[in-house]
Amino acid sequence: MNFDLNKTQALFRQMIREFAEKEVKPLAAEIDEQERFPMETVKKMAELGIFGIPLPVEYGGAGGDNVMYSIAVEELSRVCATTGVVVSAHTSLCLAPIFEHGTEEQKKKYLPKLASGEWLGAFGLTEPNAGTDASAQQTTAVLEGDEWVLNGNKIFITNAGYAHVYVVFAMTDKSKGTKGISAFIVEADTPGFSVGKKELKLGIRGSATAELIFDNCRIPKDNLLGKLGGGFGIAMKTLDGGRVGIASQALGIAQGAMDETVRYTKERKQFGRSLSAFQNTQFQMADLETKVQASRLLVRSAAFKKDAGQPYSADAAMAKLFAAETAMEVTTKAVQFHGGYGYTREYPVERMMRDAKITEIYEGTSEVQRMVIAGKLFK
Amino acid sequence: MKIVVCIKQVPDTTEIKINPVTGTLIRDGVPSIMNPDDKGGLEMALRLKDAYGAEVTVITMGPPQADLVLREALAMGADKAILLTDRKFAGADTLATSNALAGAIRTLKWDLIVAGRQAIDGDTAQVGPQIAEHLDIPQISYVADLQWDGQRFLVKKETEEGYQRLAVAGPCLMTVLASGCKARYMSVRGIVDAYNKPVEIWGADHIEVDEEKLGLKGSPTRVAKAFTKGLKQAGEVFEVDAEEAVGIIISKLKEKFII
Repeated sequence: MNFDLNKTQALFRQMIREFAEKEVKPLAAEIDEQERFPMETVKKMAELGIFGIPLPVEYGGAGGDNVMYSIAVEELSRVCATTGVVVSAHTSLCLAPIFEHGTEEQKKKYLPKLASGEWLGAFGLTEPNAGTDASAQQTTAVLEGDEWVLNGNKIFITNAGYAHVYVVFAMTDKSKGTKGISAFIVEADTPGFSVGKKELKLGIRGSATAELIFDNCRIPKDNLLGKLGGGFGIAMKTLDGGRVGIASQALGIAQGAMDETVRYTKERKQFGRSLSAFQNTQFQMADLETKVQASRLLVRSAAFKKDAGQPYSADAAMAKLFAAETAMEVTTKAVQFHGGYGYTREYPVERMMRDAKITEIYEGTSEVQRMVIAGKLFK
Repeated sequence: MKIVVCIKQVPDTTEIKINPVTGTLIRDGVPSIMNPDDKGGLEMALRLKDAYGAEVTVITMGPPQADLVLREALAMGADKAILLTDRKFAGADTLATSNALAGAIRTLKWDLIVAGRQAIDGDTAQVGPQIAEHLDIPQISYVADLQWDGQRFLVKKETEEGYQRLAVAGPCLMTVLASGCKARYMSVRGIVDAYNKPVEIWGADHIEVDEEKLGLKGSPTRVAKAFTKGLKQAGEVFEVDAEEAVGIIISKLKEKFII
């Protein structure tokens, strides 16, 4: 049993932490305020290979592992949750399913450009009437000759408009229920594909979240991802990986709020002493620190199991559930510790509190995580 | 082109505190980093490599854990790494350090040696120039920019008054300022590969240097005393004419028995 990062993972954390501090943190408040996608940071991350961390070298990846990928999302989110989710959605929801389910041709065509960051990736599952009930897909795909014709709408799509490659789910046979859902690879410049309204959100405001519109969108027959009717399984498996990413994002947000609060409560004096000298502060912060460390162990364990090829679905659900709820609790209390200052946009903790909320919702709500965990428990 | 870059692992002095009783550095829990000027030197070497093709070898002298800065250098793009580590090197001052490094570099082939201007823990700025002296090659210190025109290195050297522009043919040594260029980050691929590349470990036996010139034996420097400078108090300001000012200054100096 070993709880330490290996040497490569530790060296990677040194790099990504420095990158986050120097390149990402200075932009965090600005992109939130302006609701602006951080394209300049995306370019810098692409140069360093951050968009292909766990992908093997033969497909243009860095040849790292999911623990490193998880550390990347954690450290980026520690200073800017928007930047964290750009990497998470790209890697877990687009790069990973193409790597895990793609044909050799699909892998060779898409993975090198996704890994280099030349192309960003996104994932389209959610629809207006298919949220947690993802099986209620209404988008359809019909085979006409050598092309699939897609019709329908996807909503709340992260990286929409900036991504070039979308892994999209559609009904290919309504009579078969979930077994009638298939996965497809759609490129942004395909006729009939367009990006609709951009959402105005509470948090992660620099992240692009928008609707995908398929209006007789014709893609080559070969862009079916995995087997016909195998889409639901691909979606669920992909979301298991995605939950490691979002759990890492939540962990990063929580750690960032802890860092800010430790600093603030040491500096801020009331009644003649630092806030950190009050036992109320100490006891609450001790509890929060314990939860953050517990989150980290759950997140690392889920990433480690994925790397080891072990089943990790429930582990990812537990990591996401606990880290997300911890992030919400830590950030809410961080604002309270900061008092009136914390409520202003002069300090980053109000942004962290707004950013934290989404981690309890996307890629499976906390309720869905409990369903997954209970499902394993009572199977 | 073959370039040797000398680097040093140093405590991050921005996070260090000094023991007020002994006057020595409290190193416990202080992270170790690649010395900033050395990192600037490595970056300049890597830019020459990117632009013109070069083989970049990094070398450091230190304890076994100094391996970490060599891995960082490999992850940034260096091709080879050498760690000089041996109990016989321990306790070295700048002279003994430069003797060991020069001895090791003598066994290598190179056109250019790059060193950082100075280390943030010692701040002597002596090791680079001493290596050049041991090897009897030209040196340019305080280099802020470095280019190559195909035959000569074109150098922008910082001076107190401004800059000097120099052209020099190899083999030569340069000491580099961190402010000269922003060092790149390690790449993810570079990090994954860093521990797959060998770091050569050389002891005193590997270099042809008289053991009397190495480590504590080869170090004439003696530290007489280390102390923390006390904070100066705010001065007293008198807004008076010159004549009155002279009178005040003289009386103050007399008060303190200085005159």
